[in-house]
Amino acid sequence: MISESGEATRQTSEASSATRARDILKITDLHAFYGESHILHGVNMNVKEGELVTLLGRNGAGRSTTLKAIMNMVGRRSGSIVIGGKETLGMKPHHVPRLGVGYCPEERGIFASLDVHENLLLPPTVSSGGMSLDAIYAMFPNLHERRKSQGTRLSGGEQQMLAMARILRTGARILLLDEITEGLAPVIVQKLGEVLVKLKASGMTIVLVEQNFRFAAPLADRHFVMEHGEIIEEISALELAGRRQHLHSLLGV
Amino acid sequence: MTMIFGVPMAVFMGQLTLGLVNGAFYALLSLGLAVIFGLLKIVNFAHGAQYMLGAFAALLAFNYLGINYWLALVLVPLTVGGLSMLIERFLLRRIAHLDHLYGLLLTFGLALIFEGTLINFFGVSGARYATPEILQGGLNLGFMFLPTYRAWVLVAALAMCLFTWFMIERTRLGAYLRAGTENSQLMQAFGVNVPLLITLTYGFGVGLAAFAGVLAAPLYPVSPTMGSSLLIVVFAVVVIGGMGSILGAILTGLGMGVIEGLTKVYYPEAANTVIFLVMILVLMLRPAGLFGKEA
Repeated sequence: MISESGEATRQTSEASSATRARDILKITDLHAFYGESHILHGVNMNVKEGELVTLLGRNGAGRSTTLKAIMNMVGRRSGSIVIGGKETLGMKPHHVPRLGVGYCPEERGIFASLDVHENLLLPPTVSSGGMSLDAIYAMFPNLHERRKSQGTRLSGGEQQMLAMARILRTGARILLLDEITEGLAPVIVQKLGEVLVKLKASGMTIVLVEQNFRFAAPLADRHFVMEHGEIIEEISALELAGRRQHLHSLLGV
Repeated sequence: MTMIFGVPMAVFMGQLTLGLVNGAFYALLSLGLAVIFGLLKIVNFAHGAQYMLGAFAALLAFNYLGINYWLALVLVPLTVGGLSMLIERFLLRRIAHLDHLYGLLLTFGLALIFEGTLINFFGVSGARYATPEILQGGLNLGFMFLPTYRAWVLVAALAMCLFTWFMIERTRLGAYLRAGTENSQLMQAFGVNVPLLITLTYGFGVGLAAFAGVLAAPLYPVSPTMGSSLLIVVFAVVVIGGMGSILGAILTGLGMGVIEGLTKVYYPEAANTVIFLVMILVLMLRPAGLFGKEA
């Protein structure tokens, strides 16, 4: 009996791995704490190589904390986070990015004591194959014009471009982007959307925490909806049209 | 004789030089304190003792190992800085997650241990360290007599300050340091080994203090307590300059040395207090310091 059911499971998993790309990020029963407060209550999610997924949900649902937990930036964690086949829960924070993970924080994290060019060159290379400086400046011409300016003198939109641009140089293949459109003008949001399409086309894996559902909807392969520190719903791009009403009620928009 | 504001030119220039030399020490020491505080958020109360260790190490190395001044100028900062990295790694790192007050208490305790141990073996009277032969004597500039060693101290200290400025403001490692000072958690999320950066920074800051100590050895009696009195003035200098900028720390150090020196000429009674008066004034008018960023 046991061997039979094991056989069956193996066959299904082989079948699915043949038709789908492998999980480059797999999170299982992830709990995270800030001091005494328990923020994530058993998050389960997987992201395949080259996929763009979103984390949707209300404020305080645990979306940013999920990204921070992946980067080992929260207090205590339990469960499992496997990146590119490696368990990262026991890893030091500075070893996680070296697996090819680029993180763009919600507050953007532009350094005031560095100019734009220095900000761009700051994150160390984590693997080969990152974008060249020329290619980055071609993608974000504004940054080239203002490369001698103090990082925090840039407009909000330019700071966001810079926060994105600097992780593209490092060779990261998995991008964790936290609320990149927050508070930006529609024309900038549109530009960021174009950038994401290009990055996805180049094979990047992207996890997008977004409040702006209209921005995220056409870009993503799948959406994860979070509430109270758990993933409560997974909706693929194909299912989206039929379940839009349901999703809106979950998000309270 | 030429007079400047009613004082003979030679006296004026002599005190100005003395002030600049003292100021160079203030600059070197406050620079190290500021660099350490920036990344570790710890007020390094052992800084004066580590300056003293620099001078003592030069003295002992000469007396027992025959290591000359020039070699000591290179080896002592490396040794004292290297040993301080062990202090960071095995003591300060353990309390890094606690309130910064604990770091202050720990380094203060270390300072007392260093001083007490050396007092136990060598007493407090202090020993002389011979000025290297090539730097003995002085230059007659016509309007004043400039002791060669003081001129050398000024040049060496300023060169080291500029080197530090260059390292921090113009190199990649310096960019890590500046960025880590602002947001070390994000630096770690970029893959920078921040704990290692912290260890190196502490070693570098202490190395600057030890370098100042070797420079000071031929000028002042080398005694276990030589650092503690100096450190109080240096703290005042750091408060005046603010933590904001490297050049600010250098300029404030030199400026305060000059102000102190000139006060000796015109109102000697106030010479020991003038820096603290300036500090009070600055705290009232610009609490973040002259070069500090307003919070």
